[in-house]
This record gives sequence, structure tokens and C-alpha cells, in this order.
Amino acid sequence: MSSAQNMTLNLKIWRQNNNSSEGKLVDYRVENVSPDMSFLEMIDVLNNQLVRKGEDPVAFDHDCREGICGMCSMMINGKAHGGYKNTTTCQVHMRLYKDGDTIVIEPFRAAAFPVVKDLAVDRSAIDKVMAAGGYISANTGNAPDANSILIPKPVAEEAMDAAACIGCGACVASCPNGSGMLFMGAKVSQLALLPQGSVESPKRALNMVYTHDNLGFGNCTTHAECEATCPKGISIEHIARMNREYLKAAFTYHEKKRSEGAG
Amino acid sequence: MMTSAVNHYFRSSIGRKHLVAITGLLLCGFLLGHLTGNLLLIAGPDAFNLYAHKLMSLGPVLYLIEAALTAVFVIHLGLAIKLNLENKKAKGKYQMKKCTGRGTTFMSATMPYTGIVLLIFIILHLMNLKFGTNYPTTVDGVEMRDLYRTTMEYFQNPVNVLWYVFSMICAGLHTAHGFASAFQSLGANHPKYYPKIKLISYLYAIVIGGGFSFLSVWAYMKGV
Repeated sequence: MSSAQNMTLNLKIWRQNNNSSEGKLVDYRVENVSPDMSFLEMIDVLNNQLVRKGEDPVAFDHDCREGICGMCSMMINGKAHGGYKNTTTCQVHMRLYKDGDTIVIEPFRAAAFPVVKDLAVDRSAIDKVMAAGGYISANTGNAPDANSILIPKPVAEEAMDAAACIGCGACVASCPNGSGMLFMGAKVSQLALLPQGSVESPKRALNMVYTHDNLGFGNCTTHAECEATCPKGISIEHIARMNREYLKAAFTYHEKKRSEGAG
Repeated sequence: MMTSAVNHYFRSSIGRKHLVAITGLLLCGFLLGHLTGNLLLIAGPDAFNLYAHKLMSLGPVLYLIEAALTAVFVIHLGLAIKLNLENKKAKGKYQMKKCTGRGTTFMSATMPYTGIVLLIFIILHLMNLKFGTNYPTTVDGVEMRDLYRTTMEYFQNPVNVLWYVFSMICAGLHTAHGFASAFQSLGANHPKYYPKIKLISYLYAIVIGGGFSFLSVWAYMKGV
């Protein structure tokens, strides 16, 4: 039960019809915001008000609303997901704000993330990078025995840290260079650490970096802003591991042509 | 694309960062050597001039070293500018606040600017000192250039001292981020030693920025 008073907030929300139109910040006032609401619920309240007035509701991305799907985005007061430690926008609660606060809400900004409408951006560039190598190849059939390949606990832990990436794109949005190195590094690193993934590691590193570069993402200059805003707390150590994997692959990986070898 | 993996490496984001990192570390090494040599100014005119003369008398070897150094510098500068322009484009129309203090620091956010200051500085530095006034002198019966006098005279102008100190602060800021960042780019980041690399990076920056600045102020105070 809420013990605190409901709040009135002043919002400045980025409104943009589509990627080719010009956008601008528009002022809104939402009343009766409970401190127990999530940030997204607060926008739901605003949208209800807008719909009732016959206005166009604010478009924004959201899905699971429990901090795991990576769908919610938004720059809240200039910070991806509001800039709270290990928190996605849907897990930001209104108790973090005070009555009368002004909150600026913008979409994730990067050339690789074109605006679809208002706060919704097209993050399919992340999927394209993943499709270029963020997987392992395995035979289907019966589930393999869980303990047939042993993985040392510290290695498994580190791989799991990287696997925590939900692909939300906060790293790209908060990077002053619009670089996608953290989410790509997390995937390359996670799979390179594990025996199942290390087999294809060189090819993965080459293909993913190649795709990343061609999609208009920027280059890493080690600001580590991504690490500071990642809702899953992923470290730039994983970028370093990707850099190693990439270096190794660029100079040693050789794919045999069909005409070569026995067979 | 697979067959040209090495080819692509030199055009990729990570490959070019590796080159910026390696050339940056080489330049860091040069700066340290340069500072050590400059400390001979304190030892007096003869020691400094003898050192300079020894370097100059390397002849073709010196030209080779100078050519390599220039190449390293041009690669570092060229790639850094190229990567920066790409990064600006990748951020799109809405440029964000650069120095947040969470990840980005003043040092990392100002890398392009401190870099440009250093470029201007190096051009002026070569013009004023290396290609500056050539005074002859004799040490132990050997005729050589009196670079000590050129240097000391240059630092009698307080404007030159101020510009020099400003540039060296920029060098400190640039290397404070650059030195550690180079290790990260090359893939050397581990919780065991990266904090130490960061510490060394800051110490290096203080030694370089402080060392060169000290020498210029010392030269000004000492007079001709």
C-alpha cells in the first residue's frame, strides 16, 4: 500500500511522427501519479489522458515489464533507462521522483537506431549483428547429457555475466560514439568462454564485427559509458575479450575452400 | 570476406583501434625518452649539447628513426581523426552530453581536442627548437650546435612558457585516458591488473605533463 502522496509531474516528451519528420520536445502534465507506479505505468496514465482528449498517445516500446526482455528503452533525463544501477526503464519506479519534478523523456539516440515514432526506435540492427554469429551450431535430437562437458565454475560465472545481456541497446544509446561494442562483446565473450561456443569463436568474431561496422555503429574509444548504464551491469572486460578474439581470428582464421583438403 | 580477414582487419573498427593503440603506446615511449633527455638541461649546457650532438651524429640511423616516428604519428593522427568522424556520424543528429562523469571523464571526452592541441604544438615545437636558431658552440674541442642556448632563449618569453605548459597539460590529459585505453583496445583488461594499468596511466600522465612543464618553468626562472 502506498503511504506517500500522489504526485503531479511535468514531462517533456520527444514527439516525432516518423524517421523522416522532424521531432521536438512537447510539454505534458500528469496528475495523480502514485509513487508505486513504474515509469511505464506513468506513461500509460498519460496516454489514457491523451486518448480521452482525442490526442495521439505517445508511442513507446515495452513488453515484459519485469526487466528481462530488453524491449523498453528511453533516455530519461539524458540517461538510458534513467541511469539507475542495473535497472531497466520498466523497473524504474515513480518513488524515485518528487512531486513537481520535470522529467525529460527522449528515444534512444544512435544512427543505427532510426526513430519509428516518438520514443520507439528500430533496434533491429542489434538482431542483425546477433544473426551474423551470436549463436552456436548444434545437432538437434535428444537433449545432451547436462554434465557431459564440464565447465569450471569461475568460467561459467563469467560467461553467465556476459549472457545477462538482454539486447536493449542502452549501451549504444549512452555511448557518445553510438558504438555497439558492449552488446557484441558480451555475446562474443560469453560464447568464446564456453566449450560449446569456442569452436566457432574466430568465425563469429569476424562476422559479427564486420556486420557491426557495416550497420553504422561507431567505434569504441573506451569511455565506458556503456558499462555505467548497462541495466545488466556488463563490464567492458567483455569488449577486451572480443578484441582479443577478433585479433586472433583476423590473423589465424582460414576457411578451407571446397576444393581443398580430402574428400 | 573470410579469405580477406587480414585485409578487413585494417579497415574494421577493432583493427584500426588496435593501430591507434599501438602507435599511441609507441608515442608514449617516445615522450618518456624525450623527457629523460631533456632532464639533461639541468645538468648544464655541455651535458645537454653533447647528448643532442650524439643523437645528431647518428646520421642515417637518425633519419630512419625520425621517419618511423613520423609514420607512427601520422597513422595515429589519421586513424584517430577518421574514427572520430565516423563516431560523430554514428551518433546521428542529436549529439549527447559528452562528459557525464559516470563513464566518460573530462579526459576521455576531450581526446580529439587535446589531440589537436598536441598536433599544433608539435609543429610549432619543431619550428622553434629543432629548426630554430642554430648557434655554434664547442664542447671538448668538438664543434656542435648550441641547442641549450636555443632552448633557454625560447623559454625566456613567458608566452612561450604558458603555451608550453598548456600543451603539456593537454599531453597529460590525453595520455591519462589514452595509455590505459590502449591496453583495453588491445584486449588487455582483467580485474587482476587493469586497475594497476589505470594507475600507471595516471602516474605516467603526471610525470609527462608535470615533467615537461617543470622544465619549461625552470628554464624561464633560470634565465639565459
